[in-house]
Amino acid sequence: MILSALVKMMSKACNRTSCSVAIIGSGPTGIAAALELKKSGITDIIILEREKEGGGVPRHCGHPPFGLHEYHRILTGPVYARRNVQTVQDENIPLLLRHSVTSLGPNGLLEVVSPEGGMQIDAKRVLLATGTRETPRSARFVSGTRPLGICNTGALQAMVYLKNMVPFRRPLVVGSEIVSFSALWTCKKAGIQPVAMIEKEDHPQVRRPISLACRYFGVPLLLNTTIEKIIGTERVRSVQIIQQDNQREVTCDGVLFTGRFVPESSLARLGDLTLDATTACPLTDKHGRCSDPAYFAAGNLTHHPVRVAGQCFKSGRIIAKEIYKDLDSAGG
Amino acid sequence: MITRSNSDTLSCDRRRILACADVVIIGGGVVGCAVARRLTLEGATVLLLEKAPDILDGASKGNSAILHTGFDAPPGTLEWKCVQEGHREYLEIHESLGLPLLKTGAMVVAWNEEEEKRLAAVFEKGGKNGVDDLRLIGQNEIHQLEPNLDPSARAAIYVPREYVIDPWSAPLAYLLQAVENGGKVLCDAEVTGGSFDGHHWRLETSRGLVKSRYVVNCAGLYGDIVDQRLLGESDFTIMPRKGQFVVFDKAAAKLINSIILPVPSARTKGIVLFPTIFGNMMVGPTAEDQKSRDDASVDTQTLSMLAEKGKTMLPGLADIPVTATYAGIRPATEESPYRIRNDHERNWITLGGIRSTGLTAALGLARHVHSLLQEHEVEFIPLKKPLIPKVPNLAEHLPRDYRTPGFGEIVCHCEMVTSREINAALNGKLPAHSLSGLKRRTRVTMGRCQGFYCSARLAEITRGKFRDSLGVGEDDV
Ligand SMILES: Cc1cc2nc3c(=O)[nH]c(=O)nc-3n(C[C@H](O)[C@H](O)[C@H](O)COP(=O)(O)OP(=O)(O)OC[C@H]3O[C@@H](n4cnc5c(N)ncnc54)[C@H](O)[C@@H]3O)c2cc1C
Ligand SMILES: Cc1cc2nc3c(=O)[nH]c(=O)nc-3n(C[C@H](O)[C@H](O)[C@H](O)COP(=O)(O)OP(=O)(O)OC[C@H]3O[C@@H](n4cnc5c(N)ncnc54)[C@H](O)[C@@H]3O)c2cc1C
Repeated sequence: MILSALVKMMSKACNRTSCSVAIIGSGPTGIAAALELKKSGITDIIILEREKEGGGVPRHCGHPPFGLHEYHRILTGPVYARRNVQTVQDENIPLLLRHSVTSLGPNGLLEVVSPEGGMQIDAKRVLLATGTRETPRSARFVSGTRPLGICNTGALQAMVYLKNMVPFRRPLVVGSEIVSFSALWTCKKAGIQPVAMIEKEDHPQVRRPISLACRYFGVPLLLNTTIEKIIGTERVRSVQIIQQDNQREVTCDGVLFTGRFVPESSLARLGDLTLDATTACPLTDKHGRCSDPAYFAAGNLTHHPVRVAGQCFKSGRIIAKEIYKDLDSAGG
Repeated sequence: MITRSNSDTLSCDRRRILACADVVIIGGGVVGCAVARRLTLEGATVLLLEKAPDILDGASKGNSAILHTGFDAPPGTLEWKCVQEGHREYLEIHESLGLPLLKTGAMVVAWNEEEEKRLAAVFEKGGKNGVDDLRLIGQNEIHQLEPNLDPSARAAIYVPREYVIDPWSAPLAYLLQAVENGGKVLCDAEVTGGSFDGHHWRLETSRGLVKSRYVVNCAGLYGDIVDQRLLGESDFTIMPRKGQFVVFDKAAAKLINSIILPVPSARTKGIVLFPTIFGNMMVGPTAEDQKSRDDASVDTQTLSMLAEKGKTMLPGLADIPVTATYAGIRPATEESPYRIRNDHERNWITLGGIRSTGLTAALGLARHVHSLLQEHEVEFIPLKKPLIPKVPNLAEHLPRDYRTPGFGEIVCHCEMVTSREINAALNGKLPAHSLSGLKRRTRVTMGRCQGFYCSARLAEITRGKFRDSLGVGEDDV
């Protein structure tokens, strides 16, 4: 707490501050890395988080299981996220909320914006832990109009769990990855009854028994089915689907595009770090180091396919050890 | 000669009249907004009627945002004149209104021998059109100016003064200036009928009766229908022509400096590759004739074609994700020229068929309307010291709101939209009346994640504000 006040004061005074390690993102990865670095004896760490609450994606995953490895019990996402945040606070690691990193400069020079103003952080090492998100409708090139009622699971969960609101009542769910089934769970909790879940392959993208969840939720799973066109002016009215060459129209009031994860690597891309051509994850060596040696990346920003929170937490710990070794050998 | 109205001759106190003005403008597209500004500055009282909940709901919703020089306009036409006039006036007023300008320049690129042959004619036309700073450039210079362009670009005409602007803030600023200086706007007010008594128009709208001396029909995609409804006839038929676009993420912006135009054909300006004022890169538009005046659907095949086309011109695009896709609809007619109707007897002017250059030409068209009114022998007394409001900057190359401390919070992280900007857009003299209106005023949710991170917060902020909102059934979760 004292340290974070100090960082704030310093940043206000000169708009520039330095630290050993700056961590971008307070999801499981960033938190785990911070805790591990602290444990190794590195004290001047800063976690930068653009949201007004720390914790990352689990904040809006209102379901278990989270925290089994970290806390030896089964928690829901929001409880897990709060617990993570509490732990770094107990360790006196500054977690700067509403701090958006806007650019990654050479050698770890970060541009950061907060409601108090802009500042530069000169970090010896930077950990990118900005996570992953789902591909929106636009980048999927789906035909049709662009009415209200179209979103990803992330937005749905944030609306339901953080704001107590719902974007639709009877959506069509596109995709059958694990996250698609979390979406069904979220729908159930919020009183949303999806009209169907569609999957373009001939099998769901998850193993039994999860795939049986459709039956539990009372949502028909249509395989070999693609979305052909979205119809509606103000709000979604219906969707044309093609099921094994047969076209039909399904009445619904929304379309939920689930999964097809893409790394949130836009900062890295704009900052000229090399990205993997197929996954768009920052390209890292076996130590998790990016093309600019001041930068490291871990967690779901680098995992393709994506992993669960516990695995990201682990990957945060591992990267912290790498960063520690690197700093140590550099004499820092 | 009629001088500026006073309240006696045009009183609204009759019970059934909702509002009255010297001039009613039908349609809050870019043309209507520019006309409202010009006539207000010239001293008229104006009332703009828009059928949608917010302005810019028609053709002006989706365009390429290029400020044209008119180098390839049909020489000597009204379109050519208004484009040039619009370009000139935009440069003159943009700074004072807070409107951005990205001085990109454009290149008409020939990709094969046949196109190269046609360049000469384009160059000559530019000269005829008085655009005298065009330059024919060869492969070397193309490469110098645009090193990332595919090397198969053979030759080009460089057009230094084709620029990129903000397609939504511009009309907003025009209308705001009208409003700041006494103009009125009624949204959700569709003009459904009306009559002219030899002196005044009484227009029926979905919100009630309004009265005016003059009417300017700027109904864009509905221009012919409005003429038919009120005059009983129309000189033209709108033949909607859709244009689809693919928007690439901001990282693409550094791949290119100028607008890359194809060698034009008779029918369209063709598919263009261009930077946007918001720091993205776009490919489009197509030119697809359709029946519907409202259906701005996109389709998978066309979007893929556009993305491919972009990548052939600019190979670096292959590594850049797509941010958004959308379509706009041009109010084309059976003929290419603007369809202007100047009905002396009935105090009526129609600005119809402003198909594909209206964003640029609007300011010029507005002056043209004023000169037509003068032909009607109407003289208004120009405002001596009109107020000049500024609109918030959304351009990437100029300081955005988040650069100034005290912005509250960043709501949309991809486009860096602050809660202060959103609050400003929800209040003020021309507040957003729909979610899309709010997007056009702030860019909220228009970035790469398309609302993944921020739509929940946005739903909360805008709860109960719009007829159609992000949340349904609000509080009964
Ligand atoms: C919709 C969705 C549902 C999921 N459901 C589950 C689930 O049920 N169970 C599960 O185990 N996993 C789930 N996951 C996987 C999830 O990615 C991981 O659980 C985990 O949250 C990844 O941790 P992370 O730290 O790598 O990233 P995140 O948790 O995504 O955290 C990244 C953080 O970085 C911040 N950030 C990003 N850019 C900036 C910037 N420029 N400046 C400052 N801060 C920034 C973000 O605000 C965010 O807080 C889900 C993922 C998604 C997208
Ligand atoms: C794909 C595309 C690309 C383009 N690119 C460019 C470019 O780069 N540069 C450029 O200069 N121009 C460009 N244009 C052209 C420009 O967008 C149009 O010329 C311009 O938007 C036309 O504006 P408008 O005001 O005439 O019509 P609209 O924008 O259609 O405005 C008419 C308004 O009237 C309202 N209305 C209709 N009927 C009624 C009624 N009965 N009562 C009340 N209100 C009514 C509508 O709701 C609408 O808001 C492009 C257009 C398209 C479609």
